[in-house]
Amino acid sequence: MNFETLVFYLFAAMSVFAALRVITVRNPVYAALFLVLAFFSMAGIWLLLEAEFLAITLVLVYVGAVMVLFLFVVMMLDVDLVQLREGFWRWFPFGVVLAAIMVFEMVMVLGARQTSETGVHLAKHAADYSNTKELGRLVYTDYVYPFELAAVLLLVAIVAAIALTLRRRKDVKSQNVAQQIAARREDNVRMVQMPAEKKGSVAGNQESEKA
Amino acid sequence: MALLQTIQQMGQGLLGAAWLPVWTVVKILVIVLPIMGTVAYLTLAERKILGWMQVRPGPNRVGPWGLLQPLADGIKLLLKEVIIPANSSKYLFLAAPVLALAPALAAWAVIPFDDGMALADVNAGLLYILAITSLGVYGIIIAGWASNSKYAFLGALRSLAQIVSYELAMGFALVCVLLAAQSMNMGDIVRGQQSQYGLLGWYFIPLFPMFVVYFIAGVAETNRAPFDLAEDESVIVAGFHTEYSGMGFALFFLAEYANMILISALTSVMFLGGWLSPVPFLPNSIIWLLVKMSFFLFLFLWFRATFPRYRYDQLMRLGWKVFIPLTLIWVAVVAAWMQTPLWLW
Repeated sequence: MNFETLVFYLFAAMSVFAALRVITVRNPVYAALFLVLAFFSMAGIWLLLEAEFLAITLVLVYVGAVMVLFLFVVMMLDVDLVQLREGFWRWFPFGVVLAAIMVFEMVMVLGARQTSETGVHLAKHAADYSNTKELGRLVYTDYVYPFELAAVLLLVAIVAAIALTLRRRKDVKSQNVAQQIAARREDNVRMVQMPAEKKGSVAGNQESEKA
Repeated sequence: MALLQTIQQMGQGLLGAAWLPVWTVVKILVIVLPIMGTVAYLTLAERKILGWMQVRPGPNRVGPWGLLQPLADGIKLLLKEVIIPANSSKYLFLAAPVLALAPALAAWAVIPFDDGMALADVNAGLLYILAITSLGVYGIIIAGWASNSKYAFLGALRSLAQIVSYELAMGFALVCVLLAAQSMNMGDIVRGQQSQYGLLGWYFIPLFPMFVVYFIAGVAETNRAPFDLAEDESVIVAGFHTEYSGMGFALFFLAEYANMILISALTSVMFLGGWLSPVPFLPNSIIWLLVKMSFFLFLFLWFRATFPRYRYDQLMRLGWKVFIPLTLIWVAVVAAWMQTPLWLW
């Protein structure tokens, strides 16, 4: 067993363990953190497959942004764990059936001759091979239409999500920054001429005010 | 250089295949130990400079001119008790400072200090930097949540929203750099800025708005004044590290300062030509990188001494309504500019 295989088994074991803990751990915050660990180990496996762009993007997008927002929400929720576990046994048979179907489908896809025997013995690339460059070239030439289509779909999804959740409030106190910056001293400050105070006691001051 | 080669050969002869990990660990130590030393003396520099700007001497009791002050601070923090709050989740509470510090150090792996002088000269270096620096936020949010304290949690939420917002602007600014350099290799980015006109070849000229945005976003990313709302001591005590004492607090402190040094190094490498000399008649050297980094570190301290803290909505406005549109437009401008003969870089 060479070093690479050892690293693969390490990452594989870590991701399986983390994935299992995601669904078995009680506290949702821990579950989200285990999901982060699962993503991280998968990124390690992708690196072993020489897909460094996908691996780093997985960390950047899913670990660095998506899971952070997940944690943000999960931490602020007041989750009642007892209520969450209610009805577990009632839905258990349904879950088992669903899981069995999914396992069957996965075996069909991954175990089929066409997919299982292609690309097993890929040649290793030299050190100067840039996976990022290759991917970029393919995405912007051969697959430019599907890629642009996916981009437009995502844009529509963003616009729709914002439009659905945006609520305009009338009484919101926002400041007009342009107006603030454009403010001049003359607009807000009034210079008041005042005679100089005479040297003396407090009584002296009162006298000068009368005058 | 000859000495290094002799050491390499000797090591290989002695240890064989095990030499590579040993040599890598040596290189890591050569990078990390000076960073730790810089962090220690950056704290002293900060207190001295803040002092001078406020017309007071700053720390001057421990050692000559207060030079041993960081050492005294370190010993003090080491000897303090680590208090774990009641009803906190203990493991996460103890893991959080480590999670904050680890990315700040791991990012140094791809920083080129001189031509060919980097721990890992990888092609996707810039992407790696983006990914690793985006992990620093975990330390802060886990600290805030695990402390089981209102102030810590509020600080963590603030910090999280702030870092996620400014990361976008930073990412887009770096997209401009990789457009200009046509490479994500950090060494190639610096080499792309080499020209016979010295500093006129550096990317801060065509990418000037990005240079400014990147550094300001960097100040916000590191939770430094005037964007230090995550620890806003006048409102939420000390923010996410309210409950930390002793070494836990020290690790957060180390992480913050290591991040400052990292942002300074990145800004120097991306926009100010890293190890390149500003004038053609002087040789390129690592000293230039250190000078540029010191300048940015001084800016960090200068900002802290002179700017009042932002209000939270002002911070969000600056990130979302000013920086992100500006960076998006500049990506398009640079991409179009590069297609014309007017692009000289």
